Amino acid sequence: MTPDEQDLVRRRQRSRAIVMAVLLFAFVLLVFGISIAKIQAGMPH
Amino acid sequence: MSTATPLLPPADWRDFLALTKPRVMTLVVFTGLCGMLAAPVGIHPVLGFTAILCIALGAGAAGALNQWYEADIDAIMRRTQKRPLPAGRMDRQSALHFGVGLASFSVILMFVAVNWTAAAILAVSILFYVLIYTVWLKRRTPQNIVIGGAAGAFPPLIGWAAATNQVALLPFLMFMLVFLWTPPHFWALALFVKTDYANAGVPMLPVVAGERVTRTQIGLYTIPMAVAAVLPWPLGLTGAVYGWTASITTAVFALFAAQVALRQTGAEDRMTPEKRLFSYSILYLFVIFGALVADRWLLAGGSA
Repeated sequence: MTPDEQDLVRRRQRSRAIVMAVLLFAFVLLVFGISIAKIQAGMPH
Repeated sequence: MSTATPLLPPADWRDFLALTKPRVMTLVVFTGLCGMLAAPVGIHPVLGFTAILCIALGAGAAGALNQWYEADIDAIMRRTQKRPLPAGRMDRQSALHFGVGLASFSVILMFVAVNWTAAAILAVSILFYVLIYTVWLKRRTPQNIVIGGAAGAFPPLIGWAAATNQVALLPFLMFMLVFLWTPPHFWALALFVKTDYANAGVPMLPVVAGERVTRTQIGLYTIPMAVAAVLPWPLGLTGAVYGWTASITTAVFALFAAQVALRQTGAEDRMTPEKRLFSYSILYLFVIFGALVADRWLLAGGSA
């Protein structure tokens, strides 16, 4: 693998890691919101 | 099992986004949202948002699996050549894993957060699009998009089910409207991108049965579509706002469809009426579903 290719792979891995982190954080917020909504509505799960 | 495929760098996240066909998703999300907002009972905003998110993710998963299966024909058609798989920016296995993962996630989240009815219809719609349309029908019969169109017709039903945990006549008619709208919409497109489909060996109606038959079929499918569009009004399921909007916009649709159905073209035809019908059909669906929601809210406001 040439240094340019190595650079490209690192850049892709880094951007994918950032996107995954953002998505996971959003998912945590969503689950929290869903839990609050269900508690408010008195739903079973 | 692996053939001599060159080792690709990890795909860019934008290519995963492109796999989900974001433009197609717009209409799916909109009709799903309208189905939910037209339901007689409300839904908590967070749960409503989750349901629409699941519909979007499910549609994205179906799009990704479609592109995984159709990479070979996408490489031939000009319209689809730049997609991540035919352009060589992603390996097929990544697309498959992404599609299956996203589909499972969307159905499970819908079941856990919303209700089982919406989750079951979402699962059926994804399986219908991938297995019935993409794998089974698309390469075998010119009726591919007629049956396959049902997959795109599920979102209003899912949206309604998310709010009510059941299905009813009005969302069923909305399902029928999108189902019967799909053939004129896609065949109008197929009339002006005919050579693309022919090169890829996809048996679209204009390729297999010819232009005359396609034009007649566009006209014929418009009739039951118009009935499904207007019927909620005389049945008392909607008010006059929806009734008049549906009547007028459907009459314009029928006019454009009739122009396409009755036309004969020469060799150098620019296909203007076909392009007009295709563009209008998209606007039509947005307007008619928007009117459904507006009508529901005005009725609710009037009776409150």
